[in-house]
Amino acid sequence: MVRLIEMTGSLVTRFLRYQGEIAQLMLETLKAFFLGKVRWQLVGQQIVAIGFGSQLVVIVTGAFTGAVFAAQSYFKFSEFGMESAVGAVVSISMCRELGPVLTGLMVAGRVGASMAAEIGTMKVTEQIDALRAMGVHPIDYLVIPRTIAIMVSMPLLVAEAIGFGMVASHIIVVYGFKVPGAWYLNHVIEHTALIDISIGMIKGFVFSIVIVMIACHEGLTANNGAVGVGKGTTAAVVVSSLVLLIFNFFLSLILNYMSPLGSS
Amino acid sequence: MSDKNSNHSDGQSRREAGPCGDAAGTKNFFKVLNLRKSIGEQKILRGVDLNIRRGETMVVIGRSGEGKSVFLKHLIGLMKPDSGSIVVEGKEVVGLKERQLRAVRHKVGILFQDGALFDSMTVAENVAFPLMEAGVKDRTVLLERVGQALDKVELAAHMAKMPINISGGMRKRVALARAIIAEPQCILYDEPTSGLDPVVSESIDRLIRRMQKELCVTSLVVTHDMDSVFRIADRVAYLREGKIYFLGTPQELRNSKDRFVRSFVEGRQIEDED
Repeated sequence: MVRLIEMTGSLVTRFLRYQGEIAQLMLETLKAFFLGKVRWQLVGQQIVAIGFGSQLVVIVTGAFTGAVFAAQSYFKFSEFGMESAVGAVVSISMCRELGPVLTGLMVAGRVGASMAAEIGTMKVTEQIDALRAMGVHPIDYLVIPRTIAIMVSMPLLVAEAIGFGMVASHIIVVYGFKVPGAWYLNHVIEHTALIDISIGMIKGFVFSIVIVMIACHEGLTANNGAVGVGKGTTAAVVVSSLVLLIFNFFLSLILNYMSPLGSS
Repeated sequence: MSDKNSNHSDGQSRREAGPCGDAAGTKNFFKVLNLRKSIGEQKILRGVDLNIRRGETMVVIGRSGEGKSVFLKHLIGLMKPDSGSIVVEGKEVVGLKERQLRAVRHKVGILFQDGALFDSMTVAENVAFPLMEAGVKDRTVLLERVGQALDKVELAAHMAKMPINISGGMRKRVALARAIIAEPQCILYDEPTSGLDPVVSESIDRLIRRMQKELCVTSLVVTHDMDSVFRIADRVAYLREGKIYFLGTPQELRNSKDRFVRSFVEGRQIEDED
């Protein structure tokens, strides 16, 4: 019983400490925006690495998710003669949930892992100490460019995933299942508002902060050589994916409260 | 122990003129007082007191794990002590925040044990980094300065290579070029000759000596290479059990009768040491 209490206490303490460390990193990053030097060349390089480098992953994820979701919806809806509703369902789901969440998970896997591994390796090989020794703040040099880059890239990647999902669903339903194109498109336009796409992009923006903060924190706190970098990289992907899913639930509630589905 | 105490005072009075004119040798660049640091349960530094004079080459020796590198990292705030004081050119650095340490760090260059070159940059970009961060943007100036720095370490032909494609010794020399390019007032060397062949080791030692003579650079060298100690040191500090156990000139070190000092210098085990 004592052991159980000890274990619970230890878990709670670790959880709280982790939250505190992330909050501290966020605060330092925010301070660095104002006090530090923003290296726009590095921001550009990171936008290329994060935004351009994630194109294939995001396009394939968005397109095939849209396509399979449209196909499954069509199979069920066609039983009731509601084929035209497929467009509306796919559109809303892609904009509000599937687009941002799946893009977030893919970016957490691809970009989050890469960030944690790169920064972690720099940490264990004293490269971060070398930066500090030369009077360069690691937050300015490593965290700020990545944060700006992912905050710019993620909403656009989400919009891209939504777009490709919609196009793929249109191709499947209209050309594959022979649902009249005008009918399908009309339902999509009628039931999709700008706010639905905006909600997806807002979620993408919030997820970008989750991913970059957790990945940079895991990198900056890496120790014990290659093993530590490996652990940090795994933790960056696992923790950011879980936090992203939990945040998505609460964000959905809040954003749906602010802009209820079907209100526009 | 009397040997140790006498060496302390002798070492302090030896270089009255200093290597770089009248001002050098009389003013401390670093003044370290009662520096203590524990990592986990292990007490690494247990009250280090050491003054390093402007323009001198101080060599810190000691067995592996005695805290030499830890001590060196404390000097420019890369590690925070548990207690004690570190004054750099009259300014207390203990307790300063990361951004406040910038001014101090710009005066000091450091050569890390494994070089700590940036993997993502070429040799030339690594060496140019301190200058670029200092605001030098002119490509011609950068190339010229990088060329000169790499020339000093005999690596000018390897500018375009990535750090992963050069040997460990070459990486260390590139790191040395990076440490000296911004012409700091002081350079900290963490094991500058470990892993290098004797010829390169000697050339590094000559470079350290030349930096001191020509530019009046204050140097702190952490090493176990005794040949190197006798080639470059103005004074030697022996770190033992977290404290400065011996402080004196290389000659005093060589003549010391203290069994621990002799054991280290001669590289033999002490039978009754626990």
